Amino acid sequence: MDQFAVKVFVRLRPSVLDPAGEATKSASIKLGAEGIKSLRIGKMIEVKIEGNGENEVREKIDLLCDRLFANTVIEDYEYLLEKL
Amino acid sequence: MDSFTVGVVVFPGSNCDRDVSWALEGCLDIRTKYLWHESSDLSDVDAIVLPGGFSYGDYLRCGAIARFSPIINALDEFVKSGKRVLGICNGFQILTESGFLPGALVANKNLNFICDDVELDIVSSKGGWFNNGDEKHTIKLPIAHGEGRYHCDSDTLKKLVDNELISLRYKNNPNGSSFDIAGITNEKGNVLGLMPHPERACDETIGGTDGLFTLKSLILK
Repeated sequence: MDQFAVKVFVRLRPSVLDPAGEATKSASIKLGAEGIKSLRIGKMIEVKIEGNGENEVREKIDLLCDRLFANTVIEDYEYLLEKL
Repeated sequence: MDSFTVGVVVFPGSNCDRDVSWALEGCLDIRTKYLWHESSDLSDVDAIVLPGGFSYGDYLRCGAIARFSPIINALDEFVKSGKRVLGICNGFQILTESGFLPGALVANKNLNFICDDVELDIVSSKGGWFNNGDEKHTIKLPIAHGEGRYHCDSDTLKKLVDNELISLRYKNNPNGSSFDIAGITNEKGNVLGLMPHPERACDETIGGTDGLFTLKSLILK
């Protein structure tokens, strides 16, 4: 069995308003940071997983992302996979 | 014949289960039975309420973990059989996460947790959930949520409008919901999800009785 470390990034779709991102953008400007054009908040999920090769693990991660980690009505996802 | 029984689902973190039971039993004389989320036996209930609260601590997304509980898996057959399911607040979030209703509920536009009474327009009488005897077109119900902004894409919204699936719209949109949506049904009309709490408006002493009809309509065939 091969071991993999996976980082999944879940983000609100661009068409969905992100009020937490807007509030953080506003605070960033108050802090004095200049030039911020956009700030959006997402989630990062780290998974350690084993399986028979990368393809099998990608299938499992795709299922997890599509059915659980992200709600594809409002969110997009992508992930980075590293063999340990 | 056994009397009509409404199952009230209890998740870890549900906090309106007893309110729903009180409203049904105490105000409407309808028998209730608590259903623990790990149960999948729905054989002795005739309708189901998914109550408000914070199932599984709202971890990941509101309703996302509850979707995988045995009782929600069993709900598919129950809904297909035409029996009635009412999802209130967190229950509405669970119904969208599990695909029984379209769209999603996301953080309120202003980020506030809003606890208030709101005026609602009854838009559609699909499923008979709001055909109140007084022919009221506007009702007042309490809301209490941080993530109640209804969101869907434009195709879904068109489908909701064209098929008269929007039951309730806010008169003064408090949370930024698309098209002021506060509650929707499925196409058959036997599943209703709404953010306002009808169970908190069932007695004049707590501010109103506009929620009675919706709970009472659980017994409709």
